[in-house]
Amino acid sequence: MAVSVAPGRAVEAAPPRRVRWSGETAWGVAFVTPYVVLFAALVVWPVAYGFWLGASPSAFATLFADPIYLESAWNTVVFLALGVNLKLFLALLLSGYLAQSRPWIRWLSVLFLLPWAVPSIPTIFSFRWMLNSEWGMLNGLLWELFGIEGPWWLVDPQLAFGSVIFVHVWKYLPFWTLILLAGRMAIPTDLYEAATIDGASPLQKFLFVTWPQLKNLYVTSTLLSTIWSLGDFNSVYLLTGGGPAEKTHVLATLGIRYAFNLHQIDVGVACVMTALPFLVPLVVILIRRLGGRVQ
Amino acid sequence: MATSSLPRAPLIKSATTYAVRRGLFEAGQILLGLVILVWVLLPIYHMVMLSLTPINEAFGGRFWPDNPTLENFHTVFTQNHFFLERFWLQLANSVVVALATMALVLVVATLASFAIGRLKMPGGHVISNLALLTYLIPMAFLAIPFYRIMAQYGILNTRTALVLAMSTFAIPYAIWVLRQYSENVPFELDEAAKVDGASPWQILWLVYVPLLRPALIAIGTYALLLAWNEYLYAFLLLSTANQHTIPLTMGYFLVTDDSPWPLLMATAIIYALPPAALYYAVRRYMVTGLTAGATKA
Repeated sequence: MAVSVAPGRAVEAAPPRRVRWSGETAWGVAFVTPYVVLFAALVVWPVAYGFWLGASPSAFATLFADPIYLESAWNTVVFLALGVNLKLFLALLLSGYLAQSRPWIRWLSVLFLLPWAVPSIPTIFSFRWMLNSEWGMLNGLLWELFGIEGPWWLVDPQLAFGSVIFVHVWKYLPFWTLILLAGRMAIPTDLYEAATIDGASPLQKFLFVTWPQLKNLYVTSTLLSTIWSLGDFNSVYLLTGGGPAEKTHVLATLGIRYAFNLHQIDVGVACVMTALPFLVPLVVILIRRLGGRVQ
Repeated sequence: MATSSLPRAPLIKSATTYAVRRGLFEAGQILLGLVILVWVLLPIYHMVMLSLTPINEAFGGRFWPDNPTLENFHTVFTQNHFFLERFWLQLANSVVVALATMALVLVVATLASFAIGRLKMPGGHVISNLALLTYLIPMAFLAIPFYRIMAQYGILNTRTALVLAMSTFAIPYAIWVLRQYSENVPFELDEAAKVDGASPWQILWLVYVPLLRPALIAIGTYALLLAWNEYLYAFLLLSTANQHTIPLTMGYFLVTDDSPWPLLMATAIIYALPPAALYYAVRRYMVTGLTAGATKA
């Protein structure tokens, strides 16, 4: 082992000689300019402008006095805590199931990608009508098959918010399953072979081989998914529109409601900005986790 | 496999137990497979079923329509309804926005990632991290200031504004994927080309782009689908019906309570088919692209 590693080290130790063009930096600057211009005009400026818009204390005063805001902030916490963890835990389990190499499971995993491959608006609208308590298919089936009066899915605030979380999980589960599946595939098979020889049970294999190898990826995925779920506008807006009685808003949809339905742009920005104390640490951790791998 | 470690004596019994356990395991596997199948297909089945339902029968809550019909698709294609007056124009808008976003993202991200990764740019590392930072801003959070900025630039209610918005969020991801992927392209190729007298421009075209083809396909598709699927930014940035993309066409069905849902679902299927087909066509690349580096996390 040591012998085979040594030459690799030696190559690494000697810094690769680089041939340089005289104008290499000039080329580099020219190539990166389009991105820098777009970045300045479409990221730096809007972000700075956003901070300026949301800098008025009166906007925050309006916000904190609004019971709808407080409810939406709580909804956001529930949405993230339940939605993200449910999604990733299911993805962890399903990735193990779909990692099996039988032909029919391979076909299943191809079909399983559908919620991710199909745009979200059609499927969310489909859910919306399916869950309609008077005319939807779900309550129709409950009545025909079991004689049960189905619940008021999108009329009862609790059920409506539960439906939002369900739709969110439905839509994004395939993506995270795929990521964790790729993670499982990268685990060296000899680890499993060794565990089998030692007489490990499937549970032991998961606990002592799979999980330690997958833990880092799982944590990164959870953090990344938390940030993206924080910005999930569609699952809420297109399913319930924040209703009934504005009781199913999250910060992302409530900000838009303030800014464009109530024409209080500053309150809208302030609403979104209240997520920053939570968002910024997440971003910092993620930059270190993801950015560290690209020099 | 597991039986090999069992004691020899109760051979027959263990074989039977093994068979029973094996059978139960199989049944569980198949059952789980069926649950997954229903979970995935139910909303999609519902969409198809409703699109085949005559408009006046949409309120039945049925599992299958009594009189299935293709009439709804005909109505959509002939724009024969108030909500669908500009269907073809709006479909064309969606196509234009998606293709323009894809082109812009590919060009800008390829150039930038090449400059950062292959030409030793001063400050390249900073740009790379700034891109990653943008990737981590939730899109919906930037919507309000972005709307105001587009008004300042005087391009509100143009498809250009939507293309710029989508590119803003797709480019950072594209740069990140290209940077991950290009790490596997050996520098020796660049060096060899340089020794042969190639300019950076030639290396970009003759070495970098051909070798990064799978990653480029993945991010091109990603950008295309991101723009095709966008609702919020389209809703904010495009105000007149002639500029609308199909997601807005569908969104406007919900302004009344007694909307023709079968027509909405027919529109939805027509709208969802091309991206889904594209996704499956390039699935191989998408998996490589999306998981590029993710497994090293």
